[in-house]
Amino acid sequence: MSARAAWRLESLGFTHVYRYSAGKMDWLASGLPIEGAFASAPCAGDLARRDMPTCVFNERVGVVRSRLPNDWHVCVVLNEQRVVLGLLRESALRGDESAVVEQVMEAGPRTYRPFASPAQLMRYFKKHEERTGALVTTGDGVLVGFVLCEDVERVQRTSESATSV
Amino acid sequence: MPNDIARDEVRRLLDSGALALDVLPASEYEESHLPGALNIPLEIVDAHSTKQLSKDKLIIAYCHDTQ
Repeated sequence: MSARAAWRLESLGFTHVYRYSAGKMDWLASGLPIEGAFASAPCAGDLARRDMPTCVFNERVGVVRSRLPNDWHVCVVLNEQRVVLGLLRESALRGDESAVVEQVMEAGPRTYRPFASPAQLMRYFKKHEERTGALVTTGDGVLVGFVLCEDVERVQRTSESATSV
Repeated sequence: MPNDIARDEVRRLLDSGALALDVLPASEYEESHLPGALNIPLEIVDAHSTKQLSKDKLIIAYCHDTQ
C-alpha cells in the first residue's frame, strides 16, 4: 500500500518521496511515541518494568541467584544485542546452583510487543495460569521490559472501576 | 523510484522536518499514527488531496506494514 502511495506521489510531481515499508506495526513494536486515540491508553510498553534482572546463557545459576534483587523471581536471558533468548523461572533459580543457565532456562518464551493492551496480557495470564508476568520486546526481539501480573491487574481494576462509574 | 527506508532513517528524517504521510483508512489513523503524520488514505491520494503540500517537501509514506 505504501509503495503504491509513494509511486502515486511521484507521479503527481513530488520529488522527495520515501517509503517506510515496515510501517506502523514496526514503529509501534519499537515502543516509539505515537499520536491518536491509543496514545493515552496504557499499554505493555508503559507497564513494563525496565529494572528486571538479566543474565547470559553461559552463566551459572548460583551466580545469577546471588545478584538477584529480593523482589524479583525471574531473570531474563539475553545475548550481547539484548535479544531475549530465554527466561529463568523461580524454580530454575532455586534449583541446582552449578547448572548453566542455558540448560535450565525456558527457551523461546512468549513475548509481547509494547503496544499490547492490558486486556490482551490479562487474557494470556489467565489462559496460561501465568502468575509472574510477561516479557515485552521490540519486533526484533530486543528486550523492552517485563510486565508483572500485579501491574496489569491494577490497571485493569482501575479501568473497570472507571467504566462502571 | 521511491526509496525504501527503515525506522532509524524515518526517525532521523522526521526530526529534520520530513512529513510522515499515513495512507491508511481514517479510522486506523485516528487510533494511532506517527507523530505529526498527515492522513491521506491511499484511494484518495490525488492532485486535489495533496494540493496543500509543497512538491519538494520530503515525504515518508507508510501504511500498516509491508502490504
